[in-house]
Amino acid sequence: MKKRIDPFFWIAVFSTATIVVFILFPLIEMVIQPSFQDLKETLKDPDVLHSIGLSIYTSGLAGIISLIIGTPFAYLLARKSFFGKKLVESIIDLPIMIPHPVVGIAILGLAGKNHWIGQIMQQVGIQIMGTVTGIVTVLTFVGLPFYVNTVKTGFETIPVRLENVSRSLGASLTKTFFRVTFPLAWRAMLVGIIMCCARAISEFGAIVIVAYHPMIAPVMIYERFTAYGLKYSQPVAVWLILVCLVLFLLLRVFSLPKEKKA
Amino acid sequence: MIKIETLRIELPGFTLQNVDLSIKDGEFFVLLGPTGSGKTLMLEAIAGVAPITSGRILVKGRDVTYFPPEKRGIGIVYQDYALFPHLSVLDNITYGLRYHKADAQASRRRVNDLIEQLGLQRLSQRSIRYLSGGERQRVSLARALAVNPSVLLLDEPLSALDPNFREDIRDVLKKLHREVKITFLMVTHDFVDPLFLGQRTAILNHGKIEQTGPVSDVFERPATPFVAEFLGMKNVFPATFKGPMANLDGIKLPLEKTPGNHESYVAIRSEDIIIRKDKISENGMSMIQGKIVDIIDRGLFHEVSVNAGKVVFRSTLSKRDLFLLNLSERRDVFIGIQSSNIHTF
Repeated sequence: MKKRIDPFFWIAVFSTATIVVFILFPLIEMVIQPSFQDLKETLKDPDVLHSIGLSIYTSGLAGIISLIIGTPFAYLLARKSFFGKKLVESIIDLPIMIPHPVVGIAILGLAGKNHWIGQIMQQVGIQIMGTVTGIVTVLTFVGLPFYVNTVKTGFETIPVRLENVSRSLGASLTKTFFRVTFPLAWRAMLVGIIMCCARAISEFGAIVIVAYHPMIAPVMIYERFTAYGLKYSQPVAVWLILVCLVLFLLLRVFSLPKEKKA
Repeated sequence: MIKIETLRIELPGFTLQNVDLSIKDGEFFVLLGPTGSGKTLMLEAIAGVAPITSGRILVKGRDVTYFPPEKRGIGIVYQDYALFPHLSVLDNITYGLRYHKADAQASRRRVNDLIEQLGLQRLSQRSIRYLSGGERQRVSLARALAVNPSVLLLDEPLSALDPNFREDIRDVLKKLHREVKITFLMVTHDFVDPLFLGQRTAILNHGKIEQTGPVSDVFERPATPFVAEFLGMKNVFPATFKGPMANLDGIKLPLEKTPGNHESYVAIRSEDIIIRKDKISENGMSMIQGKIVDIIDRGLFHEVSVNAGKVVFRSTLSKRDLFLLNLSERRDVFIGIQSSNIHTF
């Protein structure tokens, strides 16, 4: 008897095909439209190289800052229940929800001359407007929730009983973290950094308000598009996509669990 | 010795209610209770990994109530083993050694002894991912004992194991306790465990201890209907007493001795009720006429329910006895109960 295929299977196939085409088609079109000559010429432009390099550098810094300040926070959220926890979790999600220019305006409002925090920052020589510091601040702001949420989920998958046993064997909380929790959670932390960097490298709306210059890649693509049109902005975008693809692919491969022999 | 004084733990939806417990040095104590009774919570409070609301925990006379887990000298073994998946068998066992100021040679000797006692010699370099449940539990025991704790807490160490491994680990626990001579506190929901392993037991129900005492006493003289039923007594009835005679809704059963004034229940194990086609006469045996209302096949035995007026007695018969007696539902039979097998409380 012929096996009957459930209609839901065809719905799922259609849905998958639609989504794949919807996401890939514009990207493929953009990658194949510029000529090889254009791509080669673009790569010779020091401004393009600098902006892509700056994008990777500032996003990487945002990832490292998120790792340092976000890890203990993610651990706390994963392991402890406390009054107001839901509120704290909602606050950490705020940068995901609010419009990007609002993020820039909020940061500038705080770091400006009219705010006491801005005045202190100026006194100690920290400049936000139009600096790499400003770019990193914005990228950390928008990328941190992705790191915290990913790593929190990673910590939650590690049974708390492993930590209980470690402590009953004489290890303090800190030693337990570095001997038990970290070796089991580092892949989640790496994925968290990837998520944070991926979000940071694509940021535009907040950056144009806080630091149009020095120019990161998304700002340069926007500037080339408005000044010279599609033909001049596409090659920069293609290089940004290719560089990010290679970097994130390497990180993913590095974070995959290796099969161990018995 | 472990002394627990009015230990109270309040959690949303559950309260461990002012528990008092005293466990002697070197004793194998079994805390019995159904799922959700608070056994594991109490164990984790003793280990220092669950927060307590009030009360005190003393270990060898030292108040450890607010000590962090690493300062208590208490080992813990979980039912799901909680082995470190990124470490080998040997690295799991030796994990805690660096935190204890012991002579390195003595520690190595102790670890080697434990590996030998628990039959882990050929597994020591393996990853724990390739071990069976029984082997994992042995590693977990070796790891906890390697640091020479003063108390070993066992959280249902047999419940995740296959029946074959369960017997094996039960034997291992008994042997280990004899050899390492430290206090073992085990929590379980299986009343067979204290019979085989425990010297004393306590029964926990809804966060409250219902009865504590030597295992044989608790099994022979349950203090409450819950304890009686939890320990496998299938016949627990409210009763009135007049001298050494119990009255169960009109059925009179002679007792060995007169119950105390506060007692109001009788309990009889199903295996202590015999079923006969005809009335027999035996010293101390009460024979009651009834009708079989149900026969349930329980695999290795049959459970036969006999209605005797307003009371339904449940008896356990082997397949062979059931066949020899040729019993069937709605058949009139006699049940026999020895007065020495009737427990009152």
